[in-house]
Amino acid sequence: MNAKAIVVTSGKGGVGKTTTTANVGAALAKLGEKVCVVDTDVGLRNLDVVMGLEGRVVFDLIDVFEGRCKLRQALIRDKRVDTLHLLAASQTKDKSALSEQRMQETVKHLLEDEGFDRVVIDSPAGIESGFRTAASAATGALVVVNPEVSSVRDADRIIGLLEAREITEVRLIVNRLRPAMVKRGDMLEVDDVLEILGVKLIGIVPEDEHILISTNVGSPASLDSAGSKSSASQAFRNIARRIRGDEVPYLQFDEKRGFMAGLRKLFGGA
Amino acid sequence: MFGFFRRRKSRDALKERLKLVLSYDRAKLTPGKMEELKSELLTVIGKYFPSDAEDYDVRFEQQGDRMVLVANLPIKSKR
Repeated sequence: MNAKAIVVTSGKGGVGKTTTTANVGAALAKLGEKVCVVDTDVGLRNLDVVMGLEGRVVFDLIDVFEGRCKLRQALIRDKRVDTLHLLAASQTKDKSALSEQRMQETVKHLLEDEGFDRVVIDSPAGIESGFRTAASAATGALVVVNPEVSSVRDADRIIGLLEAREITEVRLIVNRLRPAMVKRGDMLEVDDVLEILGVKLIGIVPEDEHILISTNVGSPASLDSAGSKSSASQAFRNIARRIRGDEVPYLQFDEKRGFMAGLRKLFGGA
Repeated sequence: MFGFFRRRKSRDALKERLKLVLSYDRAKLTPGKMEELKSELLTVIGKYFPSDAEDYDVRFEQQGDRMVLVANLPIKSKR
């Protein structure tokens, strides 16, 4: 993706936006990019705890917007990967403190003056001011969708709104896929979701207990050592590589039958 | 291929439901309004051709990038 400012969004809540932001941001940083992950979920901040940086928040995004601190003072450097930084949301303010103009200025400042290669913006659920603020500074988007009815419907709405904002690089992450359910015909296949939503795929992340465990301890799964058996953490690392333009084959979660179109054909369909 | 004998997959049901609901969402049209549109269409078409009100079909269809409204209104032919 050419976009340096990428919003992570979904419409529906609870599909994995924050987890995706933390993991993709951390994986990009581990690949050598200077990354800032920005939480715009004002009043309900969580990116700090998912990343295990909650103890170090002093200033937040709204402090920056309202001039109570310098941007640099609000940046929390991750000690595990020193090119990774967090800009936390405010927990005490509400969404009325958000401003599209301030957001755009802040992201511009990060990219042009602070030397960040990539800004990954975690959007709140919904299509209101929080989403609009998060999207206002982005030129690319990762739409996180779960293969279930309400998530797909909400993703369709969000994709429409992103396109209306002329965000052209919109990529889809199918999160929480359960290969066994897909195999027995009780879950949408990735191809179904792509056909329905009509956007390009950039990642397939399987449901994986390891993600919950890693958020329990505040350590993004994508920072696991390369030998990690977690397929979800591998999937997040692959997404980071695809964002950087690498061609990375999609993981196979079932050696007998893949769920990608080409492989389905290969194995004779049905 | 043995699907006929098995219970219908919930995946297929969901896919159909999503396609339908998204076609209405995208067109910003409620299913109720669609029924109105259908009956008005039939009235207008009926002025010119006697059509069979039992056997018509008006729906949205995705054609590549765009959504189209497809009306299938058989004409009663008399010889």
